[in-house]
Order: sequence, then structure tokens, then C-alpha cells
Amino acid sequence: MKKETASVLRQERIAADIYSLELLVSFAGEVRPGQFVSLYTGDQSMLLPRPISICGADGERIRLVYRIAGRGTERFSCLREGDTVEVLGPLGNGFPLDRCSGKRVLLAGGGIGIPPMLAAAKELKARGIKDAAFAAGYRSEPYLLEEMEALYPVFLSTDDGSCGVHGTVLDTIREKKLSPELIFACGPKPMLRALKAYAEKEGIPLYVSMEERMACGIGACLGCVCRTAEADPHTHVNNTRICKDGPVFDAREVVL
Amino acid sequence: MEMLRPSLAVEIAGVTLKNPVMTASGTFGSGMEYADFVELDRLGAVVTKGVAAVPWEGNPTPRVCETPSGMLNAIGLQNPGIDVFCERDLPFLKAHGATVIVNVCGHTEEEYVKVVDRLADEEADLLEINISCPNVKEGGIAFGTDPKAIERVTKAVKARAKQPVIMKLSPNVTDIRASARAAEAGGADAVSLINTLTGMKIDIERQTFLLANRTGGLSGPAIRPVAVRMVYEAAHAVRIPVIGMGGITCGEDAVEFLLAGAAAVSVGTANFANPRAALDVAEGIEAYLVRKQIPDVKLLIGAVH
Repeated sequence: MKKETASVLRQERIAADIYSLELLVSFAGEVRPGQFVSLYTGDQSMLLPRPISICGADGERIRLVYRIAGRGTERFSCLREGDTVEVLGPLGNGFPLDRCSGKRVLLAGGGIGIPPMLAAAKELKARGIKDAAFAAGYRSEPYLLEEMEALYPVFLSTDDGSCGVHGTVLDTIREKKLSPELIFACGPKPMLRALKAYAEKEGIPLYVSMEERMACGIGACLGCVCRTAEADPHTHVNNTRICKDGPVFDAREVVL
Repeated sequence: MEMLRPSLAVEIAGVTLKNPVMTASGTFGSGMEYADFVELDRLGAVVTKGVAAVPWEGNPTPRVCETPSGMLNAIGLQNPGIDVFCERDLPFLKAHGATVIVNVCGHTEEEYVKVVDRLADEEADLLEINISCPNVKEGGIAFGTDPKAIERVTKAVKARAKQPVIMKLSPNVTDIRASARAAEAGGADAVSLINTLTGMKIDIERQTFLLANRTGGLSGPAIRPVAVRMVYEAAHAVRIPVIGMGGITCGEDAVEFLLAGAAAVSVGTANFANPRAALDVAEGIEAYLVRKQIPDVKLLIGAVH
């Protein structure tokens, strides 16, 4: 985990309000799929870092795919090649990819929860995992689709029915009769809640990547907790820190 | 122009701090998460996250949100309880050479005293009694806005405490001088201020409160002028040292508080924007002293009046 000034290598708009940003960082080689970074606006009127999931990393660069959600991310969308930005990372635990061998793996992403699933898929492919697929749920316009299709089959859904299944990731699973043996998921809470109910009923292991408003991003402020079934070993209460002990949790351990 | 390194040490209630910069309670955990960024023994002191007699769950989420030049929080004093703190967090801080100020919270006078008693034989250097948290219903701010209650809690704690006692005051009062005088009358060794200002943010898309707790405590640079004014008023109302905080991000900000009468300062929300903020503030104070050819930071304290 390092805080450093990163150079912008590239930025492009890949869909309405969705941007892909590549940064040169010293920690790129340490990144695990499912981890995130904190990006700083450099403006005291917007002082909290923005947590953004990592969509890909190679030896020296990381790629962030994010949605403009407010003034901070709007500011990031103006970064151009040669600009610099303060970044802290890699943060969080990442997906437990070791659990995948010999299993039919479903990578379920909803909206801006899709980019980290691409990072997970790249690593699974590199590890020789053959039997995996994406269930990708968009509001409307799809993005990252070709990159996902280059790795594993993609089962698409949209909220407005403009392409793929009309509905959610869970509608896709039912309609396409997908029968995963392990699910990694990142997306809005209603989606995670529905997947948890499905996974419990079917007896499928499910790991969810959680989101919450954060302040410090490193586990100190206790701003971004989620409820846990058992007392957490660090906090000693039924709350766990998403930024530090997550963002990925065994769905059975968290209350959604 | 060459100058010897200025002296940065200050003294609070007989305890010498290497420099006047500490971390504000609740923004620095128990130091563990920041140890990768900050050499803890280079800080004036680490003020820990508030700790109670038993574990507290805190409030539902969302607990935090950004506001212009600041943030609101309603964590609700989630903490693992004093036993875990003494077994895990305090030894960690001491092993790293930190001067430790333990922030103590409670719902009742008895709960504060319980924590203070438990700390009697521990290596805490000072205690800070949190009677000003706006995010818990009992204790906290209920004590902190009534001078009579402040004096009573201070007396109760002072009667048992083995370490010097700092009372942390709420800014959500009409007259901060009355609060400071009440703490002094109760026997406090110092006061610290300001805790957060009660605020609210409404999510206009969902048409509801942004924080699950509805209200939260406002902190960050947005509150700094309020804090400087209150530190100035408190410093002129009591003889005990005043520890100043509220939106400090750099050495220059800290110097304002020292000139207004603070004997030391705390860095809080800035830690979230910059994990090294507290050390940067200490270095910034030193650079100011060098630039102004002032040999000792103590010469700044209360120099503007």
C-alpha cells in the first residue's frame, strides 16, 4: 500500500459517463483482482479520496474504469495523458481466486461493478481456468463487452431491454439456465441481495464485493462498515470494515 | 540566513510532547492503520479513537459523506471496548514509541469512570474525556453542552484518574467559555476543542437524509474559522492549557491556532485526505519558525490577543 503521484498514460470515454483511465504506478505488480485504489481530487473543497475498483493491472500500469457520479469523478474525467493524480493503493483484499480450480465460475457484474470482474477474468484465464462465464448487467449501453468476450462467454442483460436479457443478472441466470458452482459478484446492493438468496437456495459459494461511502480508505475511521453475522475479529462487534477487511466477503458472513 | 533548529517541544499537564501536533480522536484509529505512512514516535501524541467500557456497535451506514471543504460523520463511537484496547492497541502504540492520549467515552458518569479505572495501571500518558460526541444519544454531547454536567463529570473522572485529564469540549454551545470554565472548575488539567459541529445533508434524488443517523458531525477546513474563534475565547477564559483543533491541514493552519492561544493542536479530517498530514503539519510549523526566526514554538502560544 503506497500513496504516490501517478502519471496519466491514457484516458478515454467508453460509454455515456463511463471512463477508462490508465495510470503509471509503482505498485501495479502487487495488485490482485478485486482490489481498489483511492484517488484524490487535489482540491481541498473535495477532500475525501474516491474509492475506485481496479479493472486491470500489468507490471507498471493500472486501469480504472469508473462512472461519473459527482464533481470528483467529473474532475478525474478531465485528466489527460501527462497529467498527474494522487493515488493510494492497492487497497482491500481481492477475490479468492484460489477457490476456482475445477469449478464452473460465474463472474456477475452489475453496472460499474463490471470492471473488477474483467480483472478477475484476466487472472483466471492466466491460471488456465477453462469453465467460466460473465453475467453482465447494464442499465442500457454495454461497455467492456469485447474485452470480456475475448476471455469467456458473456451473458448480457439490460435494465431497459435494449440488448440481451431484459432484466437483471439474476434474470439472466434463470433465463439462460446457468448453473454455476462458484460466483464472484460486484454490483448494487439489491443485486447482491438477490444473488445471496439464490446462492443460499442452490448451495453455491458466493463472494460479494461490497460498496459503501468511505473516508480514510485504510480501516481507521470505521466509516464504511457492513453488518456481519458473527462478531468481527478486529472490531469485536458485528461490523466489518469494507475498505480494509473487504471489499470481498463470503456472502454468508455479511448481512446485505 | 542560518538558524539552529527551533524548539518544538510543548508541555501539557506535566507531560512533554516532542512537538505540538497530535492526531484528533476518531480520525487515526489506534495508529495501526497509519503506521505505514507516519512514524508514530515523531508525533506529539497519538489520540486514540474513543474507547468505552464494553464494545459499541456504532450507527448504521451511511456513516460518512463529503461536504464543501469538509465532511459529516456519524460513526457513533464504534469501538472494541477497553479490554481489547489495553491488550492489543495500547501495546502496539507503546511498542512504536508513541506518546498516547486515550480518548474515553461513555453513556453515563459511571461508564467513564469504569474506563478510567481500567487504565489506571496502563501505559497511557494522558486521558481525553469525550463529552462532546454529537452522534450518540446519551453521554457524549448530553454532558458536553451543560456546564454543570461538564463540571460534575470532570470531578468524577479526576477523583479516580491516575493520568492527567483533558476534557474535550463541544462547539454546539452558545458560550464555549462557560464550558471551559466548568471543566477547569472540575479540576481538568487541560481542555481540547472543538469537536464536530452538528450538521445534516439531504440527498435530493432519494429525498431522504444522506446519513442513516440523519445528523452528523461536521469537520474539515470548513469549520476552521469557528474553531480558531472558540480556541481564542477558551484560552482567554481559563488558565489550563487549551488544545486546538478543527480543519487543520498544514503548518500555517496550526500556527493560527497556536497564535490564538492553543498550547498544542490536533490534526483530524486532514488524515483522510493525506495519511501523512500530521507529520506534514509538524514540519510546516518548524518551517514557519525558521522563516520567522522564532527559536521556540512556545513563543507563538497566545501571541495574538
